[in-house]
Amino acid sequence: MTVANAPNDPTANVPNDPTAPNDPNALSRTPLDSRHRAAGARMVPFASWEMPLEYTGIAAEHLAVRTRAGLFDVSHMGEIEIAGKDAVAAVQRVVCSDPARLDRGQAQYAGLLTPDGTFLDDLVVYRLAPTHFLLVVNASNVAKDFAWISEQVKAAGGAVAVDSSSRYALLALQGPAAPEALQPLTGVELAAIPPFGFAFGEVAGARVTIARTGYTGEDGFEIFVPPNMADRVWQAILESGRPVGVVPAGLGARDTLRLEAGMRLYGNDIDDTTTALEAGLGWMIGWSNERFIGRDRLLQQKEQGVARRLVGFEMVDPGIARHGYRVTQQGEPVGVVTSGTQTPYLKKAIGLAYVPAALAGAGSELAVDIRGRQARARVVPLPFYKRGRDAVSG
Amino acid sequence: MPYPDDRRYTKDHEWIRVAGDVAEVGITDYAQQQLGDVVYVELPDVGAQIAAGQAFGSIESVKAVSELFAPMAGQVMEVNGDVKQHPEAVNRDPHATWMIKVRLSNPGEAAALLDSAQYQKLLG
Repeated sequence: MTVANAPNDPTANVPNDPTAPNDPNALSRTPLDSRHRAAGARMVPFASWEMPLEYTGIAAEHLAVRTRAGLFDVSHMGEIEIAGKDAVAAVQRVVCSDPARLDRGQAQYAGLLTPDGTFLDDLVVYRLAPTHFLLVVNASNVAKDFAWISEQVKAAGGAVAVDSSSRYALLALQGPAAPEALQPLTGVELAAIPPFGFAFGEVAGARVTIARTGYTGEDGFEIFVPPNMADRVWQAILESGRPVGVVPAGLGARDTLRLEAGMRLYGNDIDDTTTALEAGLGWMIGWSNERFIGRDRLLQQKEQGVARRLVGFEMVDPGIARHGYRVTQQGEPVGVVTSGTQTPYLKKAIGLAYVPAALAGAGSELAVDIRGRQARARVVPLPFYKRGRDAVSG
Repeated sequence: MPYPDDRRYTKDHEWIRVAGDVAEVGITDYAQQQLGDVVYVELPDVGAQIAAGQAFGSIESVKAVSELFAPMAGQVMEVNGDVKQHPEAVNRDPHATWMIKVRLSNPGEAAALLDSAQYQKLLG
């Protein structure tokens, strides 16, 4: 048996080769590294970090998040702050939502776009103060994003950009039991934080920012913690959450959860060759923002229509479609699978793929080339899983 | 989990248990640990000829797909329908979960495969 991982699947790493040269400086470790190892996590290299892939198993952790709650260490994520008297205009230039429409304490999902309207990254932008914004970006893109943002912000003047990634550890507590597990540890009234809202306060005695955001399709919180307090907050949440079944969860479950919830992964589903309109993310574009880079191209594409679309599909025939597999029609390649797995909760083989616009409607019959076999698949509406709609039955 | 002495192993992490000219084939505990949660197993049809060292099927976990390699040559006599229905059995009890039964072309070839001690040495 040899494991043939899809090359771009960030979770598809096999453990470090024990015979490889020991170079402890090669990968960064989060402040919770020793906790993960003590808990028996399988650690894998991911975006120059050593991160927990799974503790007890991807499926068990996935189900825990859907039915109770899971605690993720996502300290590898990057943080870039933009501040100054003209910060609004500067942020409006670099993100494709309209950050001017955010109140203090609100956040938005957005893209960081090239002049061609394609993705340099996707991110969440938080308005910390009237002229102070925080952008949470993908770990693999921090250096690229910061170089690009700095250049743009400098050109605009009146604001500065700072890479503050090292100032934050980031914990994500996700699942229906998240409020119950977190509330006893904080004076912040969690029920008063709406989705995509956030508040400043304390958790277990640490000064934190608590945001009602996440990447799992569940209710939950992302908690920005000073690195030296991360261990204390992590332990406190696990302890407080034990009676309601909170468990640590790794990047493997994070990936299957986000896919089930229809969320795109940068590097798999979106990148600098795809636009928000092609990726089905037109809703994230803030057309009221006339400053953002890439706007003209997106407007043009919106008027002309897109030639291909990212769709969700379910396998009809047995088999699992994986990143990079061809979508075919009468044996001819017409598209490509960008993400695919068998999901632990819905227990279906699902995936995302770019297909010609004519094949993008729900119900369209596709075929996926699974290692030489043309397996039938069907386009289904996204998301595959929606909280509330697809609750556990029986 | 111990690696039973009643069978042979390959460096690709399959096991084969030979009884006369018939053998059961499965994957090792090490292999299932590397895979994680197994969700799908693709196996050949009864009657298929398999060649030593060649892929005879595939096994998929949530995060990866792997090929299954035949430890020895022969003809598939039986396919384990239970493992197709309940692939998680491979994680639960890998050494009791055979995938195919094979009528061996040359049962003597088993001597060339690893025994339990040699296999465990390979794992380090």
